[in-house]
Amino acid sequence: MKALVAIPVVVPLVAAGLCMLVGRSRAAQRAISLTALTASAVAAVVVLVGVDRDGTVVVDAGGWGGPFGIVLVADRLAALMLAIATITLLLVLVYAIGQPGAERNHVGFQSAYMVLSAGVALSFLTGDLFTMFVGFEMMLTASYVLMTLGGTRDQVRSGMTYVVISLVASVLFLAALALVYTATGTVNLADLSQRIPLLDPGLQRAFALLLLVVFGIKAAVFPLFFWLPDSYPTAPSPVTAIFAGLLTKVGVYALLRTQLLLFPPESRPATLLLWIAGLTMVVGVLGAVAQKDMKRILSFHIVSQIGYMVMGLALFTVAGVAAAIYFIVHQVVVKTALFLTGGLVEHAGGSSRLNRVGGMLATAPVVAVLFLVPALSLAGFPPMSGFVGKFALLDAGAGSAVWWVLAAAVVAAFLTLFSMTKIWAGVFWNPREREPGSAPAPVGRLGGPVLMVAPTAALVVLTVLLGVFAGPLYDLVTRAATGLLDPAVYRAEVLGR
Amino acid sequence: MSVLLAAASAALFSIGTYLVLQRKLSRIIIGLGLLSHGANLLFITAGRRGLPAIIGAGDSGEFADPLPQALMLTAIVITFGVTAFLLALAYRSWLLTDDDEVEHDISDLDILLGRGGHEDDADLLERTPEHDEDLS
Repeated sequence: MKALVAIPVVVPLVAAGLCMLVGRSRAAQRAISLTALTASAVAAVVVLVGVDRDGTVVVDAGGWGGPFGIVLVADRLAALMLAIATITLLLVLVYAIGQPGAERNHVGFQSAYMVLSAGVALSFLTGDLFTMFVGFEMMLTASYVLMTLGGTRDQVRSGMTYVVISLVASVLFLAALALVYTATGTVNLADLSQRIPLLDPGLQRAFALLLLVVFGIKAAVFPLFFWLPDSYPTAPSPVTAIFAGLLTKVGVYALLRTQLLLFPPESRPATLLLWIAGLTMVVGVLGAVAQKDMKRILSFHIVSQIGYMVMGLALFTVAGVAAAIYFIVHQVVVKTALFLTGGLVEHAGGSSRLNRVGGMLATAPVVAVLFLVPALSLAGFPPMSGFVGKFALLDAGAGSAVWWVLAAAVVAAFLTLFSMTKIWAGVFWNPREREPGSAPAPVGRLGGPVLMVAPTAALVVLTVLLGVFAGPLYDLVTRAATGLLDPAVYRAEVLGR
Repeated sequence: MSVLLAAASAALFSIGTYLVLQRKLSRIIIGLGLLSHGANLLFITAGRRGLPAIIGAGDSGEFADPLPQALMLTAIVITFGVTAFLLALAYRSWLLTDDDEVEHDISDLDILLGRGGHEDDADLLERTPEHDEDLS
């Protein structure tokens, strides 16, 4: 079991190096990275099943145990995130291979994608704050490369903003680490969770806020989200899909982990988080309503949906945190599926602007279905996963009697439905108003190459399954949330061996 | 000693912040470099310092704390790599626009041109191919 935990971090890194070595052969690169991600996904699922049955697995890197060495901790939350992330990464890689453009034209794509996978896995698994910084940097540096790989003017413009904002956040993270280390003498999360409560309450509050800002920028919460809707849509579709599905959620994961584990209840910024949650939902969705490009609409929805996750966290109850975790899992799948469909629309229609494509219900009915299911799930229709997630969040919110946030959540849900109908009408239903910028590719019965449609369909099926099998999954996230809200358990598992 | 280091770190942070807020890419990059130096210096101030590293055996009070230094080496390498990438990106931007300035984003341009909502900003979104031709 211990060896399996390390696989999602180590194997993609080795694969990144190998892909560089065989840079001339595209087939070899593909074989290597597909093998690496399949191995990661299988390992992650086995770890999830094992961890849920037997409890947390802790791996000491290099044989040095915590609190001094680097530890990888696979508890239920980390294992669940890891499993869903590696499966999504694998499916998007297949899509990227099937799509003409992104992966085919650039030798570096596979290597950067592998480093991204390893960085995401490390951020989920790490047991100390500094390794989390390293994991974030691996993931972000790879994302800079993937975003600007085309080198077009739009990509360079928006990539610049993205890189600078991320770097400023990283510097803040580093400064926060420095202050935390000065105050406590450790960066190990388990060790920190027993030392931070001994500090001065004002200092605890300052650290909580500092980490909130750092991870808030990564997670794109209000008012720190402005970089996201401008930069994500310029990248190739599979890259945007994986950014939308995973990167911001890693930020939310870090927020959950640090706020719940490190800080005692009295120094958590609960009211502030509730405000942030409400404003993120509403401002994000209003931004989406104003847009006229499918990818830009969806990008604003990333922001809006982050608000729901923060709301679950801000309640600081088992019900709220469980709902937030379920919502993250649902969002990873649904957001990725929607952006992959956006790529299919662009492929079959020649553009993603609502007035330049149209009537695709007739020309590409499969794509229409692939959009409709996750769109309804995003808006929260039963029996899809979005309904379960939103219902659980509203239920948890009602339990804590935070009515105005509930009102904001309901309004945002309606506006989400509105902008989904807008895409539906513009892309699939109404006739095209103007000629697309580039000629549409000829499409067959499926509406795109098999390798693009199949992974999208797999994710769409997954969102339905998440809704249908919500019972067992919800039990799992409740167990994860219970463990997360009790730092003593985590401490005992990491340090007390 | 701590006061001196803290003052140096504060100075680096403030100059860095000022530079990052400029519109020239070259200044932003220098600013980011200074900011990360400030953070590194802040980290070095942590722990016991000014003593030899661990040599042989001895009382723990005789040695400097090696952890901040090890962590900062990692951070310096990361910043180095990212700064190199940023410089390459700035160079690319200069090749494409003949200018060192940060470009407006699409919503900024809308406001600048006095358009409430963009009826069709296709010219903004899809101006890339011509520029790519210019380049090659």
